[in-house]
Amino acid sequence: MHPITTLHYLVLSVALLAIGTIGVLTRRNIVIILMSIELILNAVNINLIAFSRHFNNVNGQVFAIFVITVAVAEAAVGLGILIALFRNKETVQADEIEILKW
Amino acid sequence: MLDTVFFYFFALLTLGGAVLTITRRNAIHSAVSLIVSLIGVAGLFLLQRAEFLFAVQIVLYVGGIMVLFLFVIMLVNLDDAARVAQFNKQWWLALACVVAVGGELAYFVSRGSDAFRLGEATAAAPDKAGNVERIADVLFSQYLLPFEVASVLLLAAVVGSVLMAKRKV
Repeated sequence: MHPITTLHYLVLSVALLAIGTIGVLTRRNIVIILMSIELILNAVNINLIAFSRHFNNVNGQVFAIFVITVAVAEAAVGLGILIALFRNKETVQADEIEILKW
Repeated sequence: MLDTVFFYFFALLTLGGAVLTITRRNAIHSAVSLIVSLIGVAGLFLLQRAEFLFAVQIVLYVGGIMVLFLFVIMLVNLDDAARVAQFNKQWWLALACVVAVGGELAYFVSRGSDAFRLGEATAAAPDKAGNVERIADVLFSQYLLPFEVASVLLLAAVVGSVLMAKRKV
């Protein structure tokens, strides 16, 4: 077995990003769309940490902390919006919310 | 050797959990699969010597965000949502776009690996300070202003989410 390089982490990150994007684009349930966004942000973090290790520079880890902060804020506000939406429309399917659709 | 085994183990956890997250019909099963995936990512952080982020990932994601998700799943009635079609009508178009973009990214990463010398990592300098100390040094000197702005962002998020979830404003 050959040793694990930075390239392995990059390929894993691309795969996780692709899975998350498929989830955002194809699922109808808004809760699962929000979970897929978390997957995408985690793919970004893997990338940042891999390059932080590659260049032996801690700035990448600091940036990952900011990404996690934004992810927390996004999840809290997104779930708050979801609760408000469910109270008004009684649905969690993304394609049934179509007031603004022409 | 042990590194390789653990990398493939955590990669399997991450990708397997992610695939289950976006394919399950029941949202609670999705949330539990997402927890597995996030723990896999935390293990990858540990393999990359990012011990502080490993702890943050477990405490914040698995302990914080996922509990929030499970609470919301139980607040919102998802029984009807589990019975209807789970994927929208444009799923084939979305899949084609993602395959195209993913193929492009994989192609450029493989072609660019020579330019970046992605194979070998730079020789790690013997650092006397631990991971947490090094992060704190950079975070509280070079990135002090973004750090303070992040606290304002979190305050806005707290107020916003409470306002959204309130019945009467």
